Amino acid sequence: MEIFLQQLINGITLGSIYGLIAIGYTMVFGIIGMVNFAHGDVFMVSAFIALIFFLVLTTWLGIASVALALFLVLIIAMVLTGLLSWSIERIAYRPLRGSFRLAPLISAIGMSIVLSNFIQVAQGPRNKPTPPMVRDVIVLTDSNGYAVTLSYKQIIIMVTTAVLLAAFWYVVQKTPLGRAQRACEQDRKMAALLGVNVDRTISLTFVMGAALAAVAGTMYLMYYGVVNFSDGFVPGVKAFTAAVLGGIGSLPGAVLGGLLIGLIETFWSGYFSIDYKDVAAFSILAIVLIFMPQGILGRPEVEKV
Amino acid sequence: MTSVTNGTGSPLLAVRGVKTFYGNIIALKGVDVDVHAGEIVTLIGANGAGKSTLMMTIFGSPQAREGAILYEGRDITRMPPHEIARLRIAQSPEGRRIFPRMTVLENLQMGAGLDDLKYFDEDVEKMFTLFPRLKERIGQRGGTLSGGEQQMLAIARALMARPKLLMLDEPSLGLAPLIVKQIFDAIKELNRSQGLTVFLVEQNAYHALKLAHRAYVMVNGVITMSGSGRELLESPEVRAAYLEGGRH
Ligand SMILES: Nc1ncnc2c1ncn2[C@@H]1O[C@H](COP(=O)(O)OP(=O)(O)OP(=O)(O)O)[C@@H](O)[C@H]1O
Ligand SMILES: [Mg+2]
Repeated sequence: MEIFLQQLINGITLGSIYGLIAIGYTMVFGIIGMVNFAHGDVFMVSAFIALIFFLVLTTWLGIASVALALFLVLIIAMVLTGLLSWSIERIAYRPLRGSFRLAPLISAIGMSIVLSNFIQVAQGPRNKPTPPMVRDVIVLTDSNGYAVTLSYKQIIIMVTTAVLLAAFWYVVQKTPLGRAQRACEQDRKMAALLGVNVDRTISLTFVMGAALAAVAGTMYLMYYGVVNFSDGFVPGVKAFTAAVLGGIGSLPGAVLGGLLIGLIETFWSGYFSIDYKDVAAFSILAIVLIFMPQGILGRPEVEKV
Repeated sequence: MTSVTNGTGSPLLAVRGVKTFYGNIIALKGVDVDVHAGEIVTLIGANGAGKSTLMMTIFGSPQAREGAILYEGRDITRMPPHEIARLRIAQSPEGRRIFPRMTVLENLQMGAGLDDLKYFDEDVEKMFTLFPRLKERIGQRGGTLSGGEQQMLAIARALMARPKLLMLDEPSLGLAPLIVKQIFDAIKELNRSQGLTVFLVEQNAYHALKLAHRAYVMVNGVITMSGSGRELLESPEVRAAYLEGGRH
């Protein structure tokens, strides 16, 4: 029971991070039908941005309050990562729109390599640690020598994720920008006939996805206290898996898929073998897709067209 | 004989020698069409003649490879579609293109996006008067509407943009005769009371020609005939090809 509770907490934390990254995959896929393979690396870069600015703010500028520093780091990382993703779309994807279908995909793989190599060269190949940012832990139960803990870090991750997802959901469902995004996703040509600037809407979709990835990157850095140039790959693939599992194109699906992958991974590690956690996550993906090719919340095909 | 209402001044929309291609295949082979402010102009022609292509070429998607499209005297041939929409040209396109996973309300909001929904509440009431059916279905997803309901929604969505020029590609397609009459009456009324300019593509040639001030006939990407609605209605060629001695 203690193990269950502990792994549930850990799984939701990890799943929040995957879910935040997964949204970027699912939105971009929804709007232009492309898997943005560079998205995992954008996430990794955002963790480096967070690392650098955390050090700048705390050691150089001498901000003593970790909460304030973290908040500022989060905002800075979201803005800079958004700009990065905006530039990538302009330089590497937009010129290829209307070209053959695989062209942007190949370009995205190229961008992924560019980003990870750039960080490898600029920041070095070794793990970059941060001083621990948040240390406090709440002990929930302590029996038979097994303490179930909920760390402040975990609380921060869950709360930040929930708040940002709510804000994001509001934007997509209720604002003109969100309506334009959904319109472009459903019929780009018609959206243009109604005055929607499709290119701009696609750019903003990349920016929003990247900003959420930056939240994930900042949380990841805070949680693990270390980041490496190759850290875009595995979390990126898992977040993409989460998006597919939840039903690619579906926003709630991305969050649900992220949570499921996080939970599967941590429960498997807790009860069976930590070495096989990725095998477990991907096996479950395979099984779900055999029985639900659309993913869990994928759209049912009921529309007249 | 009804006189042509608007011979004066430069046309609101002028299509000049427009050629449009799909890849290497030519679909419009040099088309000239004028639509004057306050007119209802209809374009009739057989399947595959290029009517929808002309409607979309006016909107810059696909762009004309040769020739020019002038709107209020301004060359819009190379303008992107979303900027053309800002000039208050609205289209209910072929196939209706309702956003399937948006509600009726959201589809109408998309139509009113140019004004940031400033006149939305006022205009949506007019649409409900025009098509009471849409009010009943306001929360339903577009993709699950019946064909006729989608057609009403497509027209209403175009009107929500407060257009100066309304382009309708086969608005009567798939609608019951009573609704067709209702829609044609509505077009006539909007034209008469608000001076709305309408460019209409129709298979339903009899009703369209009766409604229109002027009309064009398109065959294989070329305009072969033009005149007042009445003239074309009485022309033996048009009767043989498009009316087939049908209704009177
Ligand atoms: N996207 C496209 N790619 C290639 N050819 C096209 C495309 N769209 C239309 N065409 C061709 O261009 C020609 C004109 O088509 P268009 O849709 O304009 O005809 P239409 O007059 O609207 O016919 P209908 O009354 O059937 O709607 C047709 O021969 C059609 O096959
Ligand atoms: Mg057509």
